[in-house]
Amino acid sequence: MREVTLKVKVTVPEATELSKLEKKSLVSYIYVGTPHKQFQNVFGSEPRIQLNDQFANTTDILDYITAEREARDEAEVPFMITSLKVDEFTKMGIVTDIKQELRKASALHINYSSRKKATVE
Amino acid sequence: MARKIPEIPAASLADIAFMLLIFFLVTTTMDVDSGLERRLPPMPPEEQPEDDMPPIKERNVFVVLVNANNQLLVEGEITRVDDLREKAKEFMANPYDNENLPEKTPKEVAYFGQVGITKGVISLRNDVGTQYGTYIAVQNELVGAINDLREELAKQKFGKSYEKLDKDQQDAIKEIYPSRISEAEPKKVGGN
Repeated sequence: MREVTLKVKVTVPEATELSKLEKKSLVSYIYVGTPHKQFQNVFGSEPRIQLNDQFANTTDILDYITAEREARDEAEVPFMITSLKVDEFTKMGIVTDIKQELRKASALHINYSSRKKATVE
Repeated sequence: MARKIPEIPAASLADIAFMLLIFFLVTTTMDVDSGLERRLPPMPPEEQPEDDMPPIKERNVFVVLVNANNQLLVEGEITRVDDLREKAKEFMANPYDNENLPEKTPKEVAYFGQVGITKGVISLRNDVGTQYGTYIAVQNELVGAINDLREELAKQKFGKSYEKLDKDQQDAIKEIYPSRISEAEPKKVGGN
């Protein structure tokens, strides 16, 4: 039930204060994690960004967001959300770079994808 | 003599179909997408000089630093993530008007009348080497602290959960406990 094939390993962190992504059609995804084994000799084992079906650099995010916007209705653009699916062991350096790019693209509404934490009562 | 056409035994067909149906129902997972919702600040205009910012008093800022070893420094004290929520709540609420905690400005709020609204801002800064998992845990606690305060106020004032209030009531509570979590501009610094 996923639109893209993941090329990076993503285990999202746990959190309790979750909000659901309401409209799937308005969500763009950015995946960050270490590449899967078969891509490691080309792309290395450091965490990489995946947009759509391919590996990307931080500089590609601006184009990606623009493309995502153009694919949607003009009236829906202000309600678009970017979902960041980032592996929990990634360093913040790459995430900060992505956030800066998103700010440049004025895609300010973001969602840090996370799993529901089992709460101890 | 008419030959009898042999029939395929179809008695069990329905059972097999049901079994397949149930099998696929059970094994299909719909991944519900959920996460921490945040809003990034817009890019500052280029020409704005750094020192143009209005000064913020020290007592109004709740500084959270996370280093590359995923350790937390909250208001100058080493803190565990588990204790962060309580500290943030105390800071944002300032129930006894402690003078080391943020100031309050009186303001007219619907349903509540004259209320002191905190000037407190939570400032979060992380290192380049901080783990994303820790960063999310910290964000989660900070968002959680504000959600907890809103929930408590909703229960106290309306006797209902914040989620169940109507839009106006939620807005009133939001005005009293604004979600002010600011993330420091990333700095490009050399070394380590």
